[in-house]
Amino acid sequence: MTKFMLGRKAGMTQLFDEKGIAIPATVIACDPMFVIQNKTEEKDGYKAVKVAAGDIREKLVNKPDKGQFAKANVPVKRVVREYNTDAEYTLGQEIKVSDMFAVGDRVDVSGVSKGKGFAGNIKRHNQSGGPEGHGSMYHRRVGSMGPGSDPGRVVKGKKMPGHMGAANCTVQNLGVVLVDGERGILVLKGAIPGPKGGLISIESSVKA
Amino acid sequence: MDIIKAVEQDNLRNAYSEVDVGDYVKMYLRIKEGARERVQLFEGYVIARKGSGLSETIKVRRLSYGVGVERTLPVHSPNIDRIEVVRKGKIRRAKLYYLRDRVGKAAKITEKLAKRS
Repeated sequence: MTKFMLGRKAGMTQLFDEKGIAIPATVIACDPMFVIQNKTEEKDGYKAVKVAAGDIREKLVNKPDKGQFAKANVPVKRVVREYNTDAEYTLGQEIKVSDMFAVGDRVDVSGVSKGKGFAGNIKRHNQSGGPEGHGSMYHRRVGSMGPGSDPGRVVKGKKMPGHMGAANCTVQNLGVVLVDGERGILVLKGAIPGPKGGLISIESSVKA
Repeated sequence: MDIIKAVEQDNLRNAYSEVDVGDYVKMYLRIKEGARERVQLFEGYVIARKGSGLSETIKVRRLSYGVGVERTLPVHSPNIDRIEVVRKGKIRRAKLYYLRDRVGKAAKITEKLAKRS
């Protein structure tokens, strides 16, 4: 069964494992999710569950969305996501982190990475820079565009400067270090994409 | 931010707030050798304390057979059994890295005596 959870990145710290070694830890704030719709094979052609999380002012939700929440008898929420799952959930059911994950589980974490703006080749493609001195005049430039009159064009996929970051990104196979359902805290070993406060989707790992 | 503090709060052990930079300390460290666990003694001057919360570290320096040895450990590490202050030091700096350039008597720190009442 795939497990899933929505959360917001709170930031990083370090914790000690059973050997007393400090491990990098990312703290994620996971408020409870509410089931607002069950998608079924008969009606929708596929099986999934639609969940909502995060507080929002009533005023900021439009009428069609309000209708969805009212149907499930759930207060209005900020984020709505759909997850493919075989498990059965009742409409309006509250899901806490502790219902989904336990210490030792492996998870994949998806989010929007930090935006880096228009980045050069060194930052964007991990290329190395040219010499800084001795009249080199070739510091952080792109380099050769490729062959000359044959083919007479730049090959597709040539690594060039451009917009970097602020894209969907998944980090696979992170270990769960700590789960607190009451306070809605999930702690993972390692780094996850995005800024502090960024929306994060956690699913059980495809590699596990 | 508060949620991180909450997680750290649960894992804090002993901040050793009585241990200051410049103090001569005895650090008792838990060492695991296979299945056996023993306590190892490391003594020297505290030359720096860095960071805050759960990530705070303590740096202890000593001269051992003419070779400088420094150990940096997280203050809240479960591998620290206990820290004893042997004597307080009289210092004018927060980081005592200048001790690295000194040997013998020059590498000593004056003892800070308690105020006469």
